[in-house]
Amino acid sequence: MSLFQVFNIAGSALTAQSQRLNVVASNLANADSATSATGEPYRAKQVVFSAMPVEKGAPGAVGVRVTSIIEDPSPPKQVYDPRHPMADSKGYVTMPNVNAVEEMVNMLSASRAYQTNVDMMNTAKTLLLKTLSLGQ
Amino acid sequence: MVSQIDAQTRFMQDALNARAFRQQLLASNIANGDTPNYKAVDIDFSKAMQQAMGAAVRSTVPLAATAAGHMQSLHSNPLGMQVKYRTELQPSIDGNTVDMNVEQAQFTDNAIHFQALITILNNQFSDMRRAIQGQ
Repeated sequence: MSLFQVFNIAGSALTAQSQRLNVVASNLANADSATSATGEPYRAKQVVFSAMPVEKGAPGAVGVRVTSIIEDPSPPKQVYDPRHPMADSKGYVTMPNVNAVEEMVNMLSASRAYQTNVDMMNTAKTLLLKTLSLGQ
Repeated sequence: MVSQIDAQTRFMQDALNARAFRQQLLASNIANGDTPNYKAVDIDFSKAMQQAMGAAVRSTVPLAATAAGHMQSLHSNPLGMQVKYRTELQPSIDGNTVDMNVEQAQFTDNAIHFQALITILNNQFSDMRRAIQGQ
């Protein structure tokens, strides 16, 4: 029954979108982390989505998976704050390259995509229940 | 008479199979709404049905996959339907051609058609039952 594949496809999208939401949460939480375990300022992270065939799915029907999480290559922000303990000789502090506006947009997009996929699963469920009650 | 019933239900079966397959394609389009370089796919439903009704001989020959590593063609699906890429309306810079409005509209449309087919099939069954009982 190929309708069951809708659950696998939407399920893979739910996982991917929640991973994206996790990364956004990590970025926003660390937007002001001037240092980390490595001594470097935090770097924004981004997920990479890739289309992946689902198990036993027909060709053409593909789910989505997060293949890797990359670090944003943009340069870190330089903030002038001479009283900061991490300030260099000129009084500048190297802050994370997290763009709060970009992250908020990413968060909204992820949450809308999540909702759409849940709706899709509900529709598939209705169709399957209808099919089960066939001939009654 | 029995063969007539068979022919009628087989048509409905083909239609439901095609609808379920299309639902799967639309689901993957919506799931990959944010995947770079993903190209939206769909089938031409009326053409697929004409093909299923027209002849048992399929115009496309499916690609045989005899080993796990073999590529599968886009046409090796239940009705031998041709999966095509959707023409994009608004190109995006990441190479993704999914238009969420179109996909959601088609997904709902396909779901309603599926339910309609189920309702018609149910009616056919109850008609047959009435004929058998003769009441």
